[in-house]
Amino acid sequence: MTASKPGLGFEESLIFEYPDSKNRGVELPETEIDLPESPLLDPSWVRGKIGLPNLSEPEVVRHFTRLSQWNFSLDGGFYPLGSCTMKYNPKFHETAAAIEGFASAHPYAPPGCNQGIKQLLYELEQDLAEISGMDAVSLQPAAGSHGEMLGLMLIRAYHQDRGDVKRTKILIPDSAHGTNPSSAAICNFEPVTLVSGGNGLIDLGALDKAMDDTVAGIMITNPNTCGLFETQIVEVCDLVHQRGGLVYLDGANMNALVGITRPGDMGADVLHFNTHKTFSTPHGGGGPGAGPVGVKSILVPYLPTPILRDQGGKIILDHSPEKSIGKVRSFYGNVGVLIRAWAYIKTLGASGLKEMTCSAVTNANYLLALLQDEFDVPFPEQRPMHEVLLTDKKQQDAHITTMDLAKGLIENGFHPPTIYFPLVVSGAMLIEPTETESKQTLDHFADTLIKLSKLEASTLQQFPSAVPVGRVDEVLAARKPILSAASIPKG
Amino acid sequence: MRYFPNDQDTNQAMLNKIGVDQVSDLFTSIPKSIQLDRPLDISAPRSEFSLLKELKEKASSYPVGHSSFLGGGVYRRFIPAAVGALASRAEFLTAYTPYQPEISQGSLQAMFEFQSLLTLLTGMDVANASMYEAASGVAEAVMMASRIRPKAKKVLVSAGLHPEYLEVLKTYLAPGDLQLVQVPVTPSGQTDLEALANLLDSDSLCSILQVINFFGVIEDQAKHQQALEGSKTLNISVMSDLSALGLLKPPGDFGADIFVGEAQSLGLPLSYGGPNLGVFACKNAYLRKMPGRLVGLSEDTHGKRAFCLTLSTREQHIRREKATSNICSNQAHCALWVTIYLSLLGEQGIRELAELNLGLADYAATQISEKTRIKRRFTGSVYNEFVLDLPCNATLWIDKLMQEGILAGVDLSRFDQSDEGGLLVCFTETNSKEEIDLLVSKLGELA
Repeated sequence: MTASKPGLGFEESLIFEYPDSKNRGVELPETEIDLPESPLLDPSWVRGKIGLPNLSEPEVVRHFTRLSQWNFSLDGGFYPLGSCTMKYNPKFHETAAAIEGFASAHPYAPPGCNQGIKQLLYELEQDLAEISGMDAVSLQPAAGSHGEMLGLMLIRAYHQDRGDVKRTKILIPDSAHGTNPSSAAICNFEPVTLVSGGNGLIDLGALDKAMDDTVAGIMITNPNTCGLFETQIVEVCDLVHQRGGLVYLDGANMNALVGITRPGDMGADVLHFNTHKTFSTPHGGGGPGAGPVGVKSILVPYLPTPILRDQGGKIILDHSPEKSIGKVRSFYGNVGVLIRAWAYIKTLGASGLKEMTCSAVTNANYLLALLQDEFDVPFPEQRPMHEVLLTDKKQQDAHITTMDLAKGLIENGFHPPTIYFPLVVSGAMLIEPTETESKQTLDHFADTLIKLSKLEASTLQQFPSAVPVGRVDEVLAARKPILSAASIPKG
Repeated sequence: MRYFPNDQDTNQAMLNKIGVDQVSDLFTSIPKSIQLDRPLDISAPRSEFSLLKELKEKASSYPVGHSSFLGGGVYRRFIPAAVGALASRAEFLTAYTPYQPEISQGSLQAMFEFQSLLTLLTGMDVANASMYEAASGVAEAVMMASRIRPKAKKVLVSAGLHPEYLEVLKTYLAPGDLQLVQVPVTPSGQTDLEALANLLDSDSLCSILQVINFFGVIEDQAKHQQALEGSKTLNISVMSDLSALGLLKPPGDFGADIFVGEAQSLGLPLSYGGPNLGVFACKNAYLRKMPGRLVGLSEDTHGKRAFCLTLSTREQHIRREKATSNICSNQAHCALWVTIYLSLLGEQGIRELAELNLGLADYAATQISEKTRIKRRFTGSVYNEFVLDLPCNATLWIDKLMQEGILAGVDLSRFDQSDEGGLLVCFTETNSKEEIDLLVSKLGELA
């Protein structure tokens, strides 16, 4: 079932397709208790065969090792996904989170048992508040979009507490991530799209028109998803505040700001971080992340429970602040992820964090310098921050698309950038190199992209070929969904 | 800084190519008034050596050598070394969400296997690729139910639902117009299904039942199904310890429309309660109302089997404000971890694991009733945990036992201050007979 092909190519079955056996890959702990012959359950509650596979340990190890080798990974190559901040994930972080006293800590152990973890989390809150210029931080949210939802709940609680119930709308620039409007909808706000100006930035005139007393707040990504710093951010925040709204800052792109400027100083009232972006916790194939939320003092009363408080050097959990919105997640957040973020901030320190930002922005601008003659730069008036937005406009006459270039990059050993996002330009390629890539890698990437753009379209369309599978039919997958092994048609 | 490959000279060469003199010239789009004119007030850079020392010091406040009887939503599991060794492979750990299927078949196939394993285990038609954890999963399930039946507004919740799941549900529902109605439990500890039946009307959106409830009592799923028969009320079944499904008939056999589970119980470390893993499954009929990522089977240009993310039109990056959820990052790596754990455990292993947990709790219950006068609060059947009524203040007794090397259980006054004597004790495969005997003798000293 695990047929080999020449070289490192191979076929790997589903775990369900291994021959049926009586194998198993785990020995359970021995017990000195006599277990009864038949289970101590109402017989009508006992199930029959489940259908799980029966594999020995070496079979399981080979299966998942082989699967891993079918993945492109950050440790294996350049992964310039725009707005995703795929930077190197230090090995030390894995050691840190696996320390037994953390990994085996039960959340309901008596209070003293977890003092060390609480201390660590408290320190992380303090550091994140300082980095963002906010007054307090909650570590509860499990991911960025969970943080967005929490932030919007806080905005809602603030207005309601003031008896201002007519504010039902949230303004969202058209360049925003999809999570922004979706988070707003979940919190029962009506998302209203704010069309960007021709320079890719928020249009103050449009904001002035939209910002009335039915607007609860605005969600801004800064730098925005075009990679541009919102130069009028102070004016934007002032206008929103004057009309009674609050400003939510989506911190997805904090890697461009740390140590240089702070959302709190720009005028943001609430923001979320993505620890799996800015603070280098691994993406893990899609999670777990963590989405700490920072707030200004006006929103502190509404923060979710529990709140970490310093009581004479001892960190305690306050479960019942009067105006809190309540809990947004069980227990205390994705603590294993937060330990890694703590380790990252402590490793870099103040100077390292600033160096991180400077290097990330240098790398992005260097890539732009290498690519700007060959590709369309949709917003050339302003220098980008940590990521570069290009389009396939100059390649259109040759019938070469962003998708073709992406697949060509795969053929050449690179992960493609974020493609077809942001939606404000056609054929977007959003390239975020991060600070952990060398000049040599950037040179090689730029050379490759330029060479690809000069190939025949027909050649490009055959890519990728040097991969386990060719272009995958995503339409078929959606038309006839097969979502588990049991629903695969026989034969 | 050891994580940044470009040295000062290289950086300068890059700045020259960019056409600026110094790095600060790259930040001119940021108004001077908001540029930070001082270093961040954060400690100086520190070595791995000194940080590891500090982390170990911080971790040392947790008594790892104590006998533990803590459960109540997250569970102590024996985790075979192969699980961590495989899951921590960088090819899995440092990959992004598999949006480029040609170079992500490893993650995609593992996620497909996860979905497959969880549909088998829960008896549901379809499981997604994961949610954050069970509490927010329950809230997502109710929001999904509301998309299926937008007119019904009453959410019936068993009083046996984990109190933290209930709290999170309340927070999520606050901005909307759904109302929570609690269904009490009887002296057996099971949900009062007659009371539930009496509460049902056309406005009842869903009934949330935790199959092995927070008090450890196994609910009668067949009677729950009967109670809902003839009503359009959706059945949302919830579980905290999924290892019980090695033995217990799954919610899918009893008409569950949506299933939510906490899969920390399938081999993830406790980590102070996170990251853990939300399982979300439903009937096929509701597939397109479901939140979260799904991996589907397809084929490549050569007709070869291949996997990809699918039905993305439900999701926020395509559907924006009309999406079925705002979830983006999920708990993919935790799902991988569980996939490996279940692959090792297999059919026979998970059955034996369930038998072992059931047997250990039964042994403890028998010993407590024979050797002490401490009473169990509820009479219903349990899986691996149950509530004891101590004749004293549980908080103080737990503290006393802590000094004697025992983490005695979950202090129920944490959830209800008036519950002074309530102790939730949990027995898993990690507990030896000797440990249980010691706990019983300590309980015997009380009464």
